[in-house]
Amino acid sequence: MNQPKRRQTLLAPWQDASAKPFVRIVGITKTFGTTYAVDDLSVDIFQGEFFSLLGGSGCGKSTLLRILAGFEIPNSGRVYIDGVDVTDLPPFLRPVNMMFQSYALFPHMSVHANVAFGLQQEGMARAQVAARVAEMLDLVKMGGFANRKPEQLSGGQRQRVALARALAKQPKLLLLDEPLGALDRKLREHTQLELVAIQERVGTTFITVTHDQEEAMTMSTRVAIMDAGRIVQVNAPSTIYEFPATRMVADFLGAVNLFDGRVVAVESDGLRIRCEQAGCDLIMHAAQPLPEGTQVSVAVRPEKIQLLDEAPSADHNWLRGQVADIAYLGDVSIYHVKTTAGQVVRVQLTNTRHESEHALTWDDDVVLAWSSRAGVVLTS
Amino acid sequence: MIARRSWFITFAMLFGFAFLYVPILSLIVFSFNESKLVTVWGGFSLKWYAALWHNEPILHAARLSLLVGVVSASLATIVGTLGALALSRFGRFRGRTAFALMLSAPMVMPEVILGLSALLLFVTLKQLIGWPAERGLLTIMLAHVVLLTAYVTIVAQSRLTQMDESMEEAALDLGARPWKVFFVITLPQIAPALMAAWLLAFTISIDDLVIASFASGPGATTLPMVIYSKMRLGLTPEINALATIVVAVVATGIALAALLWRRDKTLD
Amino acid sequence: MNNWPQMWAQFFRGLYRSLSVLGREIQGKRGRAVVIGVPLLTMGLLFVLPFVIILRISFSESELAQPPYSSLWQWLEGGYLTIKLNFSNYLLLWQDALYLGAYLNSIKVAALSTLFTLLIGYPLSYGIARSNKRWRLALLMLIILPFWTSFLIRIYAWIGLLNSTGVINNLLLYLGVIDQPLALIRTDFAVYLGIVYCYLPFMVLPLVANLMRLDDTLLEAAADLGCRPMAAFFKVTLPLSMPGIAAGCLLVFIPAVGEFVIPDLLGGPDSVMIGHTLWTEFFTNNDWPLAASVAVAMLAFIVLPTLAFEHIQDRRARST
Repeated sequence: MNQPKRRQTLLAPWQDASAKPFVRIVGITKTFGTTYAVDDLSVDIFQGEFFSLLGGSGCGKSTLLRILAGFEIPNSGRVYIDGVDVTDLPPFLRPVNMMFQSYALFPHMSVHANVAFGLQQEGMARAQVAARVAEMLDLVKMGGFANRKPEQLSGGQRQRVALARALAKQPKLLLLDEPLGALDRKLREHTQLELVAIQERVGTTFITVTHDQEEAMTMSTRVAIMDAGRIVQVNAPSTIYEFPATRMVADFLGAVNLFDGRVVAVESDGLRIRCEQAGCDLIMHAAQPLPEGTQVSVAVRPEKIQLLDEAPSADHNWLRGQVADIAYLGDVSIYHVKTTAGQVVRVQLTNTRHESEHALTWDDDVVLAWSSRAGVVLTS
Repeated sequence: MIARRSWFITFAMLFGFAFLYVPILSLIVFSFNESKLVTVWGGFSLKWYAALWHNEPILHAARLSLLVGVVSASLATIVGTLGALALSRFGRFRGRTAFALMLSAPMVMPEVILGLSALLLFVTLKQLIGWPAERGLLTIMLAHVVLLTAYVTIVAQSRLTQMDESMEEAALDLGARPWKVFFVITLPQIAPALMAAWLLAFTISIDDLVIASFASGPGATTLPMVIYSKMRLGLTPEINALATIVVAVVATGIALAALLWRRDKTLD
Repeated sequence: MNNWPQMWAQFFRGLYRSLSVLGREIQGKRGRAVVIGVPLLTMGLLFVLPFVIILRISFSESELAQPPYSSLWQWLEGGYLTIKLNFSNYLLLWQDALYLGAYLNSIKVAALSTLFTLLIGYPLSYGIARSNKRWRLALLMLIILPFWTSFLIRIYAWIGLLNSTGVINNLLLYLGVIDQPLALIRTDFAVYLGIVYCYLPFMVLPLVANLMRLDDTLLEAAADLGCRPMAAFFKVTLPLSMPGIAAGCLLVFIPAVGEFVIPDLLGGPDSVMIGHTLWTEFFTNNDWPLAASVAVAMLAFIVLPTLAFEHIQDRRARST
């Protein structure tokens, strides 16, 4: 995954205790009938962030976005944007603009008229409107298309116009609903980088909703993982990936191997965890010491496991197994290794050479090994 | 589409269309009949069209019907569109079921009941507040609005639910107030459907006999009422001529509409 | 002609501007009140209120007065208010064979006509729905054309055909098939013919809409599983087109029950239908209370049960 270089590196304002949040969502609850779409959700978002709400369908991310935009009124809770309580304001009075999933361009208006629409509602003078529209179209590289109608544009072009329209009023907050969902793969990668570049140029705070992990990880300064109307974890993409807070997060973001066991001792280089089911001991570095007997899961990412011919000398952090399946993906290969205890462990190896010296194949006996800092100890 | 069509279906279709069109064709043919006897051919003649042209009562009634049609169709389009807007955009508001029922019920009522109810309303109003003193064109228009609104509501509601609501949300999001969104975004999108609804309402109005008979008063005789009284006396070829003209106008209108619709689609 | 949307847009923008000049913006709750209020008021006053009036008049007596019915209440001396509810109209309906007969006859005629309309209309709709796109539009236009042509004129056409000196009789006499003109008009047969003819578009349009939405792959799946076309029709297409059939039947049956013009012009002396009865009571006998009670009876015993039945069908269809 390519992380674009950030020209102005945000100094992680969420880690600075004295930084004032730009968007404050406090205790928002929204029900539809008996279902809790959003359940007592609170989060702070700082100015200039590219913030993503990530989760499966039905987790409440779209509802939260619509509450921010003003299309839904929450049952309880408040929303503050730049210090102002906007919870009860209708959408046309908020300093917030939204880029819709279906783009929602007005079909009976030209591209120019579409982008100018929001400015006209403010009563801006003709000449100024024209200037701003031109500026916006240049920003999204649609300069020559001002007189075209939406039906004459391709999907990617419509998306740019929708973005230009949403940014034209220089809103304090821009909301994006699955911005890349309708684009094909190649275009998506290209657009991801462009979106981030535009955001940095314009400096607006972006909040996006997506179900695509790659999108969220690539573009965001921080990601909030949502499940059943609540935020499960919110942090920078790399932090969430390397240090997931719960099993759900570990499993949701990328692939993961989970070893269930209990803590038997606290040792110098970590916690000793006995996994009866896996048939091995693990010593994993943990942020907090845990009392003996605690039930835990150890999450180890596939790329952090090595495949060896012989077992290492230590008595922990290795397992024997047999290669049951190989998925060749071009740049990497995923090996499904069945351990002697019956668990299937996924291991990812980069294909660094045309042919490997030890070309692993089906039914080979292998040893899986990992270091004590290769995984995370989870209690929930 | 399953391409092969059974002979039964083809036969049924031919029968159906023949059933629909033979009477109309016979009307047209006999409008050019020389003889006064409507159904015995006496030779080709245009004299009935000439007679129609000079038949003042019929022409006057036609003018009245057109006036009533235009006014009631327009009123009904406004009321019906508002009703459809409420039903499709306001979610579950209190009394929605009763509201929807009230707006669609006239369509499935027997016309005699609609006519009677309108007349009794006007009579009672006259007793209570002195208006309307005389029943006439206005009362016919009001009575028609009830029936026409039901049709307009159905057409408008179906188009509104089809339309992409996110466009209206986008307009709200960009700062436009709700009424402005309706006029500048929603209406242009549903305009063709509203036009069709207006035409439908207009046709129903100029064709209506029963409601107009109940709701009208002295001096306000609509075209269907005139035709009906003539028909009770016997058939006259002038009616054939009138019928042919109506069919020709309607056919041209439909052909035009179809052409416009086709061109609109193919220009994508 | 793809300029239409833009022209409409400009028209409506201008309309909005001129309306805005008249008054301040109606916003939020007040806006909603207007949108619901205008139809509510219009239909409430013009549609619902009259039913109350009809009910009230059905309880009064016929009088020689303007308007020809008595008042329901009277102030007596000593401050007494009496309310007279005259049930004799309803009793008459129940007792006099004429009304009961007309009611039953109307139901019978309407039901049979609906059935015939369905039998003729279904294959027609099926054929139109299954034809290819170019033909389909033309065929639909052909169905709609008679619908937009005047109702009266179409009945007039049938009179011309069915008369004893009409086209059909003339043709049959000419061909020597018969030597005496057939009594085709002023019969029950003519009434059925008239109703089916005039209401056919009402059956066809909902059916076509429903059949067009039918998913072809369902029939392909049935064929793949060994079902013959005929059986597939009865097991797949017909059940799925039930909502369309129900809609079409509703649009034909209820108005047909109260139909006045067709029995009046095409029907014989013994094809008395209840709509005709209402008309006669009102215009010929000038007995408004009785006419009102006929209307109430029609509503109670025909319209409401049919609407309820339809509603139940709808509910059941939606829950399965």
